This record gives sequence, C-alpha cells and structure tokens, in this order.
Amino acid sequence: MEENNKLELLHTEEGAYYTRLTKKFLNRKHWAPKNPFQIKAFIPGTIQEIYVQVGDVVLAGDNVLILEAMKMRNLVTAEVDGTIKAIYVKTGENVAKNILLIDIEEVKH
Amino acid sequence: MSLKRKIEDLIKRREQAQQGGGDEANSKQAQLGKLGARERIIALLDRGTFQEYDLFVEHDARDFDMGKKILHGDGVVTGTGKMGGKPVCIYAQDFTVAGGSLGLMHARKITKIMDHAIKMKVPLIGINDSGGARVQEGVNSLAGYGEIFYRNTLASGFIPQISVILGPCAGGAVYSPALTDYVFVVDKISKMFITGPEVIKTVLGEEISMEDLGGARVHCETAGNAHFFAESELECFDQIKNLLSYIPHNNTEKALISEYTEPDASYKMGEIIPSDPKMPYDVRNVIKGLTDGSKFFEIQEMWASNIVIGFGRIHGTTIGFVANQPAVMAGVLDIDSSDKAARFIRYCDAFNIPIVTLVDLPGYLPGIDQEHGGVIRHGAKVLYAYSEATVPKITVILRKAYGGGYIAMSSRHLQADFVFAWPGAEIAVMGPEGAANIIFRKEITTAENPEEMRQRKIQEYKEKFANPYVAAAKGYIDSVIEPDETRHFIAHAIEVSGNKEVFHPKKKHGIPPF
Repeated sequence: MEENNKLELLHTEEGAYYTRLTKKFLNRKHWAPKNPFQIKAFIPGTIQEIYVQVGDVVLAGDNVLILEAMKMRNLVTAEVDGTIKAIYVKTGENVAKNILLIDIEEVKH
Repeated sequence: MSLKRKIEDLIKRREQAQQGGGDEANSKQAQLGKLGARERIIALLDRGTFQEYDLFVEHDARDFDMGKKILHGDGVVTGTGKMGGKPVCIYAQDFTVAGGSLGLMHARKITKIMDHAIKMKVPLIGINDSGGARVQEGVNSLAGYGEIFYRNTLASGFIPQISVILGPCAGGAVYSPALTDYVFVVDKISKMFITGPEVIKTVLGEEISMEDLGGARVHCETAGNAHFFAESELECFDQIKNLLSYIPHNNTEKALISEYTEPDASYKMGEIIPSDPKMPYDVRNVIKGLTDGSKFFEIQEMWASNIVIGFGRIHGTTIGFVANQPAVMAGVLDIDSSDKAARFIRYCDAFNIPIVTLVDLPGYLPGIDQEHGGVIRHGAKVLYAYSEATVPKITVILRKAYGGGYIAMSSRHLQADFVFAWPGAEIAVMGPEGAANIIFRKEITTAENPEEMRQRKIQEYKEKFANPYVAAAKGYIDSVIEPDETRHFIAHAIEVSGNKEVFHPKKKHGIPPF
C-alpha cells in the first residue's frame, strides 16, 4: 500500500500518463558525476591512520588513509594530483558510507 | 516395570517434554502476543491431524557447560498433519527453549522432516521463531543451517515450501525463508535481517529500530522479501490455508478443479478502462471481472505494485495472473516489478499453473537510477521466465502494448499460446508521440508551424498504427475480442491446452539473469 494516493503525471518515452507514483520512485537518488577531488568513504568503517596533512602535495596513487571496515584495513589512495585542502575526520573516527573525508585542491600549473 | 508402569512413564516424559521452556518462558511468549510452537501448528492444521515426531531428541553439546542443560525437543517441534484434507510436513521453532536457537540436533529434526516432505511429495511449512545460531555449538550450528539450505534448494520447484516468520529470524537463518516459495509475516511480530540494529550501530553509527530495519511492513513494502502481510497470527494462518487451496501439492500434480460461480455482475468489463488512454484504472477490477466468484488472491500486494500477481480461478482451474497496473507508475516495467513478475511466472511454470497475462503498459521506466541499477539484467528476467515457461500461456492486451514492453509481456513471439486484444488495444513499435517524432522528423522541423505538424503526424500515426489490427493482420494476435467475451475466451483456451507439451533443447539448466 503506497501512501501516496495522488494522481500525478509520469513521463515515459511513449508520453505522459496520470498515475500514482511510488515512494521508492519519489525517493530515488539523483545522479551526480563522481568528483575525484573529493575522497569519500566507499564503505562504512573506522579511520585507522591518516598519512597526509592539510597543505601536503599528493600525486595520484599516493597513500592517503586507512579505512578499516569488515575486519580489513583498506588503503585509500589519491586519484588525482593536488594539494590537501581539508581533512574532515580524525584517527579513530567511525564514518558512514559516502561521508566526505578529504578535499583535494587541483594544482594550477 | 510392568507395561502399565512403562506407559505411565511415557506419558510423564511426553508431558515434560511438551512443556518446552517451562512456565516462565511460555508466559513471556504469550505476553509478546505470540502463540506457542505447538499451538501454532494446531491452529494451522486440520483439527486433530497433527502427529509430532522427535519429541525426545536431545542435543549432545558438551562445551560451555551445555552437557548439564536439558533443552526439550532441542527447541523445535516437527511433524506431519493435514491441511484442507491433504498431507503436509511442518516444523515450528520453539522460542521458549533456549530462544529457539539452532543447534545441530535442532537442525537435524528440521532436515529429517524436510526429507520426509521431499520423499512423500507434500508441501513443507516452516514456522521460524529463533534467536539464531546456538553459539555454544559453534561450527555445528553452521553445519545445521547449511544442511537446511541445501534441502530447501533441492525441494524448490518440487514441493511447495512456505516460510512463516513469527518472531526473530536473523543472520544466516534468513536464507532458508529466502530460498522458499512464499514468506508470510505478521505485523509487530516478524523480524528479519542479516545484520541487526546493534551491528549497524557499531559499524555505521546509524540508529534504527528492529521494526524499521526488518519488521513485517518493511519486508512487504520496501524490500520485497515477504509475500503476505497479516495483522495477527490467526489471520496469517488463514492466508496460508487460502494459498494452499489454490496450488498443487507437488510438481507432478495439477491444482484441484473446484466448483465455480460466475464473476460478480458489478464488474462491467467494458466500462473499467477509461476512454482517455492517459488515465489510470485498477487492473484488479479486470481480474475480478474474469475470475470465479470475482475472487482474486493477490501476492506481494504492497511491493512493486505497478505489476499485479496472484491466483484466481476460471471455470474452477487455478490461474496465475500477471497484470500491469496502470494505477501505479502507469504500469511500467522497472527493476522491482520485473523481478516480482519473473519469479511468479517461474513458480506457476514449476507447478503446472496456466498463466494469464493482462497487458497495459507504456514500456520500461526511464531513469538513471534504473539503468545503473541494472534494469537490463532485471528486465531480461521477464523475457526469460515467459520464454522458458511451458504451461499454457494466455495473453490479453487491454490497452497499451508498446515496444519492449509488448514483447516482454508474454507476446506471441515468446511463444504465448493464445493472444487476444481488446478493440481499444494500441500495439505498436513505440507510442504515437515517440514514433511520430522519429519518422516525421524532417517534415516536422521543416514545417512552417512545427508544433501543428507534429500534432497532425501524431494523429496520423495513431489512426494508422495505434490499434490491434496491424498486429492481427500478421497473426500476432489471434482474436480481437469484446471485453465481455474475455472470460469465455480464456476458459476455452485453458480447456484446449490441457495436454500441452513443449520440447526444449536438452540441457542441465539454463542461466537465467539472476
């Protein structure tokens, strides 16, 4: 039993139809392209070690931190060259999935 | 000891064992609004038909002082009985005995009754009410689960397997219900999850109640793991009895043919569908206009309700109905509705139940979340299930049948046996708007008034192609029929398909897009 009983227009390739929209459809995640300058937690876990400080220059592939999750120490590396702009977490902190951990600033040449 | 004394001794032993976890635990169970394990079985089965086995089974665990602990029946009640006059095998976990925890002997009792069910070709009903693995028994407890899962898989498609969740069912334990055909849950009583709220809190730092994480409603509305929702245990038992009345009790039988009455005359088939093709209606009214006594037993009513599945009878024969639901999400196929329909089609095929498909859909749901969620793979399940099914397949196109949706919904091309269409059906490669934009792109863009030209071309396309006669001219539709004739046409089709047999290439099994 969907809570929403209002008739609304649903657009499809074949035109628009009046119908009831499901909660799942209304709450669907909207897509955004991945930003490699933002390091986010790919899995919920604990920050075990942080290898960088604000202002450090990192190259793609450099070790950034250890995110321990599911009994595994996961090494997180930088995907791009840049300067560490901000670190939002401390060692020992538990983080949820997709939480922003570190911002990297693009190096202007 | 004389035989008389020995009989008295037996009676005493029985009474003792049937106390389960004792008075305190039993009253705690009652306080939670839950029946006891034996009470549940007795409420479910035909009166006076339950025979219990393995009452005197004891565990032989020794670690952690387990040797001193007496666990009556090792926490599970097993036996045979009858439902609707036909035999069934049944087990019920007893939460009052060590929290219904699963040790090796507990599991062996379950696998023994499962083996019986497979040998005797009778339905298996499992009532789950367990705290999970009996940790003191270590890896033996895991072995127990594994042996149950293996038998669930062997029995799948051979005998009906029904899981009833009447308490917690957590961790590995959830996989037995997931492997069975139908999962019944009761509001406030059923709880199912792989990792519980405690683990989620420690690992994720997210707080959620047991009810919000894995309560009955969640499994029926959001996750789609459960098939039937009830307010009370007794309502749940009625649903199970109802289900078993519709289905054959093993895969070598057909469902019983029952006496029948005509549908309720208040369902006027010609008036259910609005004349404006953009307006919704409840397709369940069409189903009820077709079935004996207008009875329809819906499955997974609360989840992916843009497709409707369930059982009804036509001239006494059980039919599996699959119908697009224009009232919800315009009846589109998407990830969840494809998953829901495909599994049900395979169920009907496994148990010799003819399938009637009612078609009215604009196609697949467009969306990034759908594409990234694997709608290609999930949507393909519908094609696979219909193509693979060898039971009689009857399709009625009520209104829209465009593009991929038309092919997927049991079209002639997937070997439907009979395809009928109502006169208002629109069967075309695309909807008129989409098609006109592509075919007449040049005319439209170069016209003095493009919008006017577009509308004219849409109208032109609609008149020429948005009807059932183009497909009928190719023989893709067998008959264009009046809505009032539908029940008659289906009943006849079922009747003449009684000896249907299809030969597929010999193989071990296919590789459906799971």
